[in-house]
Parts: sequence; structure tokens; C-alpha cells
Amino acid sequence: MRAGLRAALDSITRIRGVHGAVLVAADDGLIVAEALMEGVRGNAVAALAASLYQRFLRATEAAGVQRPEFLHLQASQGSLLVVPAPSGVLIVAVAAADINVGLARLEMIRAAEAFA
Amino acid sequence: MPESLRALMAEVERDPASLVVLRLAESLRTRGDLDGAARVALSGLEHHPNLAEAHDVFARVLVDAGDFERAWDEWGIALALDPRHGGAHKGLGFLAYRRGDYESALDHLELALAAEPTDPSVVQALRVVRAAAEAPRAAEATVPSAPAPPPATPVQAAAFDPPEARTPASVFAGLEGGDHGMLLLDPHGRTLAGGLRDAAHGRDVGEEVAAYLAGVSQEAERTARLLELGEWRWIMAEAEGGTLHLSRPKDEALLLLARDRSVPAGRLGILAVRAADIARRWLEAQQL
Repeated sequence: MRAGLRAALDSITRIRGVHGAVLVAADDGLIVAEALMEGVRGNAVAALAASLYQRFLRATEAAGVQRPEFLHLQASQGSLLVVPAPSGVLIVAVAAADINVGLARLEMIRAAEAFA
Repeated sequence: MPESLRALMAEVERDPASLVVLRLAESLRTRGDLDGAARVALSGLEHHPNLAEAHDVFARVLVDAGDFERAWDEWGIALALDPRHGGAHKGLGFLAYRRGDYESALDHLELALAAEPTDPSVVQALRVVRAAAEAPRAAEATVPSAPAPPPATPVQAAAFDPPEARTPASVFAGLEGGDHGMLLLDPHGRTLAGGLRDAAHGRDVGEEVAAYLAGVSQEAERTARLLELGEWRWIMAEAEGGTLHLSRPKDEALLLLARDRSVPAGRLGILAVRAADIARRWLEAQQL
């Protein structure tokens, strides 16, 4: 894995409560790079996050608010966070339900900017 | 500028998250600087979205600015956070009185008095509303066709109806953006109630957006299951021009809220909880 990609993922996975981060190709949901805890299914994370993001992309565009800059799925025992990078890559994090979302969002946006 | 106001400003500048921000907003409001008060009150809400007092202060600014609908909503949020908040009951009592709904006004003012028994303004307000409520009854006794209380608009009137009695178009009446930024849809992408308008042009986009969100519930469910995240609660998409919040008030329905970016994400979540409660009651009534 390229050092830049590894650094971007590390900055996210260092946050308390983050179980892992994946870089995903937005159009086909394939993994570009990953840093996941054991037991977290990278392929599933990538495919599902990309699919969910694409759905919301169409919905936000139809609603006239342009493309999502941050997508947050909250579930009872965890959360899924997605930030698009300008290069057509999605930065995806799987985290605990009570994660500091503000901090994770900030790090993910920073990582996305690094891809520009 | 008085020294006390200067001191409040200095304190807020030093610590923007301080609760002094609420006192500053109130001071600016009472001085008539409504733009400044609104700015400071919103900043208070950003830092304290779950504090009833912050919503109460902002509602008072909105009332002074003549934005009664949003004030209603803010006080509603304050009550959702703290059902015994005297200021919110007092404010809602005033708005109900203004709409000619004396019964609701009395209910709120009596609750306000229970919360703040020594507040003379509540006692005075109760006297005024009781007198107004008695006047039409006295007139009815002598004049068969006594004039009705001040008419409310259909949307305002609907806000006083229980959710189960509302029409699909007015399900979210009384909630901020209830007629153009809240949409209830089924899992197959069909709209059930509410409405959604394009943020830029005001075009009705409810059906289009609902169609794109068809199946998202199953997808979110699959995602949560495969990643062992438990049951999904909501999804929020923050975009450049606004935020969409999707939740599932019942198994067979999704609720979408759309707001511009001036509404903080936390506040949008609170609005969504209130809207979901209304949606649930309305859906249950439809199934009877």
C-alpha cells in the first residue's frame, strides 16, 4: 500500500471507537486500500458503503442540494461514515455507536483533501 | 453600549461555548438588536443543541422578529427536551392565544405557572386569556351569531389538530418546514404524506427523491446486519446545499427531512424525532 494511503487511513483509525477505514472506488465499490480490525469484512464494507452513497447521491441531487460531503448511518451498535474524495474514491469508516463523529468527520475530510 | 453588555460580549468572545451566550442573546433582544440576538442565539444552539433554554431564547428572538411559525417550532423542541420548561409553555401559550386558541393557551399558561409559580407575567397572561376566553361565551349568551375567534390559516389550524386527524398534506403542520421539507414515503419509493421542494427553485421533488430512496431501507438493514452494527436508526447526508435526514418511524415507512445547512445536524436530529412521532401516530390512524 502506498505510504500516503496508509497515512490517510491511519489518521482515521487512530480515533477511539473506529474499527477500521477503507478506501473504496465510488463507482464499483471495489477496495482501493484498507485498514480494518480483524473480523470486519472489507469487501462488504466497500460494496455496501458505495451502494448506499450512490443512492444518496441521486437523492441529494434530485433535492437540489448537490452531492453528499458526509454520509452517516447510525445504528444501535455502530455507525458507518462515508466521505467522498475528489478522485472518485470514497473514504469509509466503520465505528462504534458512540464515536466522536465530529472528530472522525474532520479527519476523514482531511484525508479526502489529501487525495485531491 | 452598557458595561454589562460589553462584559457579556467579552466573555462569549473568550469562550464561545459558555452559557453566557444565552444571556447575551437575551440582552441584545431586549435592546431591540434582533439580528445580533439571532446570530448569538444560533451560536448558542450550535454549542448547546440539546439545551431547552437555548431553544427558548431563540424562540423569543423569532417572536420579536415576527417569525411565529419557527418560534412555535423552537418552543416545541424546548418542550421535547424539557417537558416542564416554563418559558416554552409561556411562549406557546402566547402563540396559541394569538391564534385565537384560548383553550390551548390556557393549558400552556397553567403549565407555565406550575413551573414558575412566582412569575407575575404568567399570572397576568392567564388573566388576559381567561378574559378573552370568557368574552365569546358571554356574547353567545346574548347574541346568537357572535363573531368567531381570529381565523387561523389552514396550516396553522392543522397544527392544533391531533396528528391522526390531519390530511397527508398537513401531517407535519406546525413543524418548521413541515409543508416543504418533510416527506413520508413507503419502502417502494411512493410518497405517503408531507412534501419536498427543491432547495434552489422551490420545485416539487418529492416523488423523484422518494423514487431514488426506494429500497434504501433494505440496503441500510443489510449493511447494518453484515457489519454487525445492530438495527439501523437513521442516515444523514450532509451536502453543500443542505442536509437530508432519513429515519424509519415504522417498518413500512421512511421519513425524510431536508434542511439547508444553517440548521445544525444535532437540531435536525431533534426535529426528526418529533416528526417521526407525528408520522407514527398518523400512520397508525390510517391503518385503523
